[in-house]
Amino acid sequence: MTNHTLSVLVENKPGVLVRIAGLFSRRGFNIDSLAVGPTEHEEISRMTIVVNCEEHPLEQVTKQLNKLINVLKIVELEPAQAVQRELILIKIRADSDTRSKVLETVALFRAHVVDVALDAVTVEATGGHDKLEALVRVLEPFGIKELVQSGTIAVGRGGRSITDRTLRPLERSA
Amino acid sequence: MTEQTSPLPPKAHAAAGPADQPPGKTHSGPSPLDIPARPGAPKPAPRPAQPAHLTGAAAASGGPAAPAAPAAAQQHSPAGTHQSAKSQQAPDQPTAQATIPQAITARVTGAQALVMALEQVGVEVVFGIPGGAVLPAYDPLLDSERIRHILVRHEQGAGHAATGYAQATGRVGVCMATSGPGATNLVTPLSDAYMDSVAVVAITGQVSSNLIGTDGFQEADISGITLPITKHNFLVTKPEDIARTIGEAFHLASTGRPGPVLVDVAKDAMQAMTDFTWPVAFDLPGYHPVTRPHSRQVREAARMITDAKKPVLYVGGGVIKAHAAEELKALAELTGAPVVTTLMARGAFPDSHRQHLGMPGMHGTVAAVGALQKADLIVALGARFDDRVTGKLDTFAPEALIVHADIDPAEISKNRRADVPIVGDCKEVIADLTAAVQAEHAHGRTGDHAEWWAQLDAWRTKYPLGYDDPDDGSLSPQYVIERIGKLVGPEGIYVAGVGQHQMWAAQFIDYENPATWINSGGAGTMGFAVPAAMGAKVGKPETQVWAIDGDGCFQMTNQELATCTIESIPVKIAIINNGNLGMVRQWQTLFYNERYSNTNLGDRKAEVAGTRVPDFVKLADAYGCIGLRCERKEDVDAIIEQAMAINDQPVVIDFVVHADAMVWPMVAAGTSNDDIKFARGIAPDWDGGDE
Repeated sequence: MTNHTLSVLVENKPGVLVRIAGLFSRRGFNIDSLAVGPTEHEEISRMTIVVNCEEHPLEQVTKQLNKLINVLKIVELEPAQAVQRELILIKIRADSDTRSKVLETVALFRAHVVDVALDAVTVEATGGHDKLEALVRVLEPFGIKELVQSGTIAVGRGGRSITDRTLRPLERSA
Repeated sequence: MTEQTSPLPPKAHAAAGPADQPPGKTHSGPSPLDIPARPGAPKPAPRPAQPAHLTGAAAASGGPAAPAAPAAAQQHSPAGTHQSAKSQQAPDQPTAQATIPQAITARVTGAQALVMALEQVGVEVVFGIPGGAVLPAYDPLLDSERIRHILVRHEQGAGHAATGYAQATGRVGVCMATSGPGATNLVTPLSDAYMDSVAVVAITGQVSSNLIGTDGFQEADISGITLPITKHNFLVTKPEDIARTIGEAFHLASTGRPGPVLVDVAKDAMQAMTDFTWPVAFDLPGYHPVTRPHSRQVREAARMITDAKKPVLYVGGGVIKAHAAEELKALAELTGAPVVTTLMARGAFPDSHRQHLGMPGMHGTVAAVGALQKADLIVALGARFDDRVTGKLDTFAPEALIVHADIDPAEISKNRRADVPIVGDCKEVIADLTAAVQAEHAHGRTGDHAEWWAQLDAWRTKYPLGYDDPDDGSLSPQYVIERIGKLVGPEGIYVAGVGQHQMWAAQFIDYENPATWINSGGAGTMGFAVPAAMGAKVGKPETQVWAIDGDGCFQMTNQELATCTIESIPVKIAIINNGNLGMVRQWQTLFYNERYSNTNLGDRKAEVAGTRVPDFVKLADAYGCIGLRCERKEDVDAIIEQAMAINDQPVVIDFVVHADAMVWPMVAAGTSNDDIKFARGIAPDWDGGDE
């Protein structure tokens, strides 16, 4: 099974997230990650959903998603043709003995320290899934006190926008 | 899974509707009208079953006052013009010229707006029960001269009645209930309508918006509860959204793949004042049902049909929903291919037609099951490869190429991979297929199916549907059902519950016309028959409507007999009373060593067949119906004729039948169609049929 990244444009209305999440659970599809946020158009939200499945079930996922009335458009983003990012915040044990080693490691990953305390530093990093996994791996020996991570968001490379065509009918009515 | 909720403020209403319309259409209504605002329409006059402005027929009719809604519909749906073509040809729909609505504006309560919107979309009948949260809507309903409200005895009855009405008429069925338990009682019928793709709109009252989320009295999150069993649902908390939402709900329910839509309206939204305007502009930017098939796919399918040696047309309920029975007949006769009709499609193709092999599936005919199983091409039309049809999926029709036409793209390749997928409305798909096959014929490419037919004819001669009369002289349930079908004839409407009686009614009644067979196919809802028959009779008052019901099913919803009596809905209910949950008992006989755990509904000490608790004749009498009982074969015809002669009262007939009759043929659940049993322990000899 492979990961597929779907960009789903939905109407920005109450209850849309639960419609999508409910569809995944009742049809037995597994969500690897899901992120929702606004787009350049206030009436549209964009979900980035990473699904772990074979080709055939993926076709069912997209067809079933398309049946939801509030879903406007679904695009699968090929990894090679898209930029994919996650955000991670990690609180690492760090006292005066280990702090400099922690900061050195953090710098290697171009991560930023966003908070410092006597016994800990909190680090922010963005990147693809593999990079962040590697960061967590090298920080683990210092002791991870807390970790929070966003779902993947992704955008296609090049000049074209997936919202262009979707928006035409909306713009007319707006 | 990581999840990040939207930081955006909820923004319920994205597009500003009015800008969607041609200028001056909606808001410029010159007359501030009073409540039943229907200028120019005589009160009891016939009017479009599917209102013109919903289906786009008004645009097609070229009326000068063509309202804004069709424009909006077409804008959102590139196929709008085709929809209008479909609705015009639909059998049950009078032409729409007479009542093209003018733009209407009026200052009303939300509840009045609700009732006015229902009038505008053409609702004639609402089945429902009032209660606290929906009370505001019931007040203006009392004054409506266009809408007949039928007060049922249980909300489940309202839901199934709306389903039966929709199936019989091709219009949208409407049910109404209050919040909380009223709404949750609609869950079963909504689920039923969802599984069978029936256009139903459910309207529920909700507690006032300030109470939503506080566990208020009779509060239930009905839109959350019905998410997976509706095509779409709405929670309306603002009075100005009510009319548009009703318009959208009817549009969603009746277009594309039909299905149930629920509109939950907060009580305070119904009580507040608003401007009612009609027509409304839909705000459905994500809804574009495709009705027009892709011509390349159609040509490819036509080529495969003429190439095939052993083709089968596998016809599902979508053909009936699309009003495509005539097109189907033309295609079948042109290609000469055999036809099988699923449980949901009985009547889509005449049973008397030589090319009809009957019903496929778990209790299908040997010829129909065998035809699919041995086919080299299956043309699926509005069917969905349900497990009750395919049997064990990976052994289903191993040699067949699949052409799969459906209006719902998600059905195509869901269960069985399609070689040629065709997304479209069956009426258009089949018409286009016929034209494409004609083109193939014109080039001299016609199929030769002589050998195939020799095989099929051998199967159907050797393994016809049949049954034995019980040895002890008791009544055979199949005989009763067969006689009802023969005496009432193909113009009657037959409604079944779920179980043995349903299968026998599908097998032993000959259906010649679409929408004359109504049953709970996908959901298998016991208790469907009585309320659905009631709904069908309301929609088709001139037609004999017979419910074929089991004694188990009947006891789940028979309270609606009170509704039938009081509202003068003279249905006929034939209870096939074997005193058992017959189909479950059949499985216990076959698969559980005849250990009859909790399937006997009768008094086990009594020495009579069937059950007498309750006494159905007395029960019928108590409900103000005519109650009859039949226990002997020689009385069957006379009693059916007696019932047929009564047209001013509901009739209940208690047919006391043998308990051990079984439904054959049968493909046991989870096994291959190859292993169908013609009768207990008897498998057909597939190859032997060649002789």
